[in-house]
Parts: sequence; structure tokens; C-alpha cells
Amino acid sequence: MAEKKIRVLVAKPGLDGHDRGARVIARALRDAGMEVVYTGLHQTPEQIVEAAIQEDVDVVGLSILSGAHMTLFPRICELLKENDAEDIIVMGGGTIPDEDVKELKNCGFAEEIFTPGTPLDAIVDWIRTRLEA
Amino acid sequence: MDKEIKSRLRKWQEEKDKLRDRPVKFTTVSNLPVNDLYTPVDLEDFDYLRDLSLPGEYPYTRGVQRNMYRGRLWTMRQFAGFATARESNERYKFLLERGQTGLSVAFDMPTIMGFDSDHPRALGEVGRVGVAIDSLADMEVLFSGIPLDKVSTSMTINAPAAVIWAMYLATGEKQGVPPQKLTGTIQNDILKEYIAQKSWIFPPGPSMRLITDIFAFASRHVPKWNTVSISGYHIREAGSTAVQELAFTLADGFAYVEAGIAAGLKVDDFAPRLSFFFNSHADFFEEIAKYRAARRIWARRMKEKYGARDPRSLLLRFHTQTAGCSLTAQQPENNIVRTAFQALSAVLGGTQSLHTNSMDETLALPSEKAVQIALRTQQIIAHETGAANVIDPLAGSYFIESFTNKMEEEAEKYFAEIDRRGGVLAAIDQNFFQQEIADAAYIYQRAIDTKERIQVGVNEFVDQNETLDIELLKIDPQIEKNQVAGVKKLRETRDNILVREALENLRRAAAGTENLMPYILDAVKAYSTEGEIIQVLREVFGEYKEKPTF
Repeated sequence: MAEKKIRVLVAKPGLDGHDRGARVIARALRDAGMEVVYTGLHQTPEQIVEAAIQEDVDVVGLSILSGAHMTLFPRICELLKENDAEDIIVMGGGTIPDEDVKELKNCGFAEEIFTPGTPLDAIVDWIRTRLEA
Repeated sequence: MDKEIKSRLRKWQEEKDKLRDRPVKFTTVSNLPVNDLYTPVDLEDFDYLRDLSLPGEYPYTRGVQRNMYRGRLWTMRQFAGFATARESNERYKFLLERGQTGLSVAFDMPTIMGFDSDHPRALGEVGRVGVAIDSLADMEVLFSGIPLDKVSTSMTINAPAAVIWAMYLATGEKQGVPPQKLTGTIQNDILKEYIAQKSWIFPPGPSMRLITDIFAFASRHVPKWNTVSISGYHIREAGSTAVQELAFTLADGFAYVEAGIAAGLKVDDFAPRLSFFFNSHADFFEEIAKYRAARRIWARRMKEKYGARDPRSLLLRFHTQTAGCSLTAQQPENNIVRTAFQALSAVLGGTQSLHTNSMDETLALPSEKAVQIALRTQQIIAHETGAANVIDPLAGSYFIESFTNKMEEEAEKYFAEIDRRGGVLAAIDQNFFQQEIADAAYIYQRAIDTKERIQVGVNEFVDQNETLDIELLKIDPQIEKNQVAGVKKLRETRDNILVREALENLRRAAAGTENLMPYILDAVKAYSTEGEIIQVLREVFGEYKEKPTF
């Protein structure tokens, strides 16, 4: 019996165009057998949450390199909650200082944040483990 | 003698092959194989005068000036900008006091995307990755106390380049500096935005019109200005190989030349003001070969294909920045060493100006201490290593010359492919460049993950107990509020009738075919905001949309 595939939305909020990381991770998750939807660039929090709900994903991965992470993560979590979709797991990555990573995780705005140097398989494993739990 | 060399080489190879190499792939960082040894046999068809000639002489492989760094060192130009115009102005003065010789402005994302600081899309992004500029009023503060006839300024601005440049020209005028005396560069390279950096606003057609309007305006009024900095930097940062960076950048350059000619300009009227911007990545010799090949390819094409007669049209002058994507968040002090090697390869490759990255840039915008070390790195290369004494010192190296040829050959293959696809704009539409770059980025990341390629401190020589002990620059959230308040106040205090008139004139001109620069200048001088001017153009030109792929 085929197992239900894990569905992930890889999203690029904010105004910057640095999509190298998002696209590499999208491809790695797809190669690992997940269903991946990539939003493309310059998405508003509203567009991302709408896509996450419409695509019925298990996980949203946010890639942020514009320094606006302390605004964008909380906003997206808030919108997920407003739409009764807080069961969707939020993870992220980008140029995010340790201090901010801690704060975002402590406040529940992101379950995990992967900073530069993270191997692709570590992200794949984290998602699988998290969804089994 | 050649026979003798060949027979000796064969014997040497037989003996050498009995020895065991280390079990690694001997390739460049771009995955290009390299031989174990290069000899005169690799340069059998080499013709010194045809392939290299002398510095400042066609085809300029050895450099664009006769005296290179003996005459003048490269410009040390650190890219900087954050928060508001006031904080950035202080940073520029800090850098100039420490011996920096040119300015380079980083704008924040809302400015780059043509939104004012109080636009909903700007929320959380004001002053984060560069300085927030909403109107001429901000530009005046940005350069206050910095005489624009004494310093050259490079501005990393693309989709809204015409507007920001107009603000700079107007700031010069307020300082009493006529446009003929202004020197500097606007990046203004929209093609690489569609290809790699992805900060676009308008569709390609109107974007190319704005660029050729700038070419024409500059050739008449701002003759010392570099009207475009055709950039490979971002292509490389997005994950391309060295060959892709070289080929795609030069292909973009040819596309601008063709657009200028198609707009009715004479090639020699605008080509001398085209400039380039390359990355300097980790593979030392590959990068040097890339720069040398770039000069030779450009000179040959400009002369043979586009019929340029002015020698200045043949010169590929370039700025270099060390590779941000080669830096690691782990053991960030190691980035000082990486950057130093990369900077040295740019100097040995004959760069005209250079930015050295700061060690903390994978974590945040650079701190003052980090940026000072980065600048000192250039000063050490210039004054202590001897690298600036001899022009093109690696010429004649069997390896460097073979690899310079290899770069040119591989780039030519890409040019043929781009032609086959109908040119640069067609290839963008077909997602060609974007996919080539994404493929290369993925291959690179997999090679790091499998340890096929070693990145010190990341997948080998890891410090398990590492804690970060360098200080990072923080942007105060209050800055966004102040900037928002500033732009709102400006809208209340300026002459709004004048603004409306200027914007309506611009709208009419944009719908027609006139050169838009005079209209944009009028709007800027009336203190219209960047967002207002761009919004008028958005309404006339429409917006670009990318097909998201991975």
C-alpha cells in the first residue's frame, strides 16, 4: 500500500530575489520523494498562507535572506492560526543570526530554522522525523 | 624541440601514472577537470601577438591599461549601506577616512523594488540590507559633506536605476557639481535580474528602453558615467559555474550593445561607458583565466562583430567582488583568509576596482571591525605582497594560458546555444539560464553534502563546540518607523501641484517613445518619491512575472 507522500510548500516571502537556497532545497525534498510546491519569489504572507491551505501541505518552508525574518515569520504564523491551519509545520532558513533563531523558536513562530552550512539530508530527515512523531 | 618535449612528456606520464594520486576528483570549484600538468604541448597553436599582445593593446588579454597598477592601483570600493541615509553617510565617511577610494551604495529591498518605505510591501524590510532612499531629500543626506566632484560612486540599483540616478544627478546639481563632472556607475543591468538576482519590476521590453534612454542621455550630458555594470556577480552567487558566469554576462553585454544600436545609437557613442562586474570565487587560477578570457572575447566581438572603432569601446573594464557564497557561517574568521585569496586572484586578473567581503556576511550586515579588516586585506595586497608591481605576472604560464583558452572555448559554446535559442531575451523566456544555474547550484551542494568537495569548517575540520564570538551589526526597528514618518511628512510639505504635473508629464512620455530621463529628472527635483515615479511607470509598462521552477 502506497504511503501518503509528504507535501511541502517552499516559499519565498519578502522582496529579495535570493532563490538559490529555496530552489536547491525544493529539489532535494523532491528527490527524497516528497511532493514539493514552490511559490516563486516576492510572495506576501497572505499569498503564502493561501497557497499552503490550498495545496494541503504538511510543512511550509520559508526562505528569508532579506533580514525581515522577525516580521515575516510571526505574520505567517498568525495568518495560519486565523485560518485554523496551525497544524501546518513552519520551518525556515536563510541569513538569520543565532539570537533571532532562538527567539523565533521560543515564541513558536518556527519549529526549526536551518542556517547556512546545513546538509540537505539533515532537512529531509528532520521533516520525516517530525511527521512521524 | 617539440618532438623532444612530447617524447619526454610521454615517458614522464608513464612513470607518473605508476604513482598513486590522492583519491579525490581533480576539478575546479566549477567542476571543470584539470590536468596534472601543463606544458608547451598544451599551447601548440599559441600566438603571442594574436592571443595576448601587450597591456593596453588589442585584444587586451593582459589588461586594459598600458601601465596597469604601476600607474594607479585598483579602486578600493566597499559596498555599504544600511538603515537610513544618515547612518550610511556616517559609514561612508568612516570608510573614506580609512583610505577607501570610491563609494559603493547598497540600497534596501523596498528601494530596489521601487516601493516607498511606507508601502505595505516594505514592512519589516526598511533599511535592512541597504539604505532606504525614498526621495531626493534622502539622497541629499546620503552624500552630505561628501563632494561629488571628488569621489566616484557606484550604485547597485537596477529596475529603478533611472530614478535613483536622476536623484544622484540632482544631488550633484545642489552641490554645484555639473553632470559633466560626475563619475561613477549605476548597475542598471536588468538582464541578469531576470537570469539570477530576480529583482525586476517591468517586463523586458520597457526595461530595455529605460536602459537605452540612459545610454543616450549619458552620452550627451554625463559623459564620464558608467551607464551599466554588466554583472556576472549575481549569476555566480546564484550558483553558476565560472564558465556560465563568463558566458552569460558577456551575452548580456552583447544584448545591450545590440539594443543600443537598434535604438539608433552609434556603437562608439555608448560602448566606452559599458562596464562589467565579476565574482571572484574560491578557485584561484580558474578565476584569473576567466578575467583574461573576458577581456579578449569582448575586444574581439566588439571589433569584429559590432564594428567598434574607438579603442575605448573594446575595453572590458570591470569591478570585482569576492564570493559571498563561498563564505561560511561556521568559524567565520576563516572567511578573512578566503577573501584574501579571492581578492589576490582579482588583482592578478587585472580588475579595475574591488570589494572584499567581510567575515560576518553570512550572518548579518558587516560590523565596522569586519569591514575594516576587509579593506585592510586589499591594502596588504596592494602595498605588501608585490602583486601590483608587475603587469599581468602570470601570463605565459602554460596552465593559465591553456585555461584562458579553455574559458573562451567553453563560453563560445554557450554563445552558440543562446543564438540558437533566439538570443538572450528568448533564452530567458525559455528559462534556459535559470535552469542551467539551478542545476549547477544543486550539483555543488550535493558535492558538499557527500564530501566530494571539502569546505573547511562545514563538512570537514568541524569545530563541534563552536560558539560565535564576533559582534554582529543590528538594525534598530525604530529606524523603519522614522523613515516611514519622514516620507509621510515629505508628502505633506512639498509642492504637490508640481509633483502631480511632473508625474503626469512622465506618464504621457512613457506611453510614447521620447527619452524618459528628462521627465524622471523633473519628477525627482519636485521631490516626487521613488515609489510614486515607479508606480506611474508600472501603470504604463506593466509588471514582469516569472514562472517559478526549481
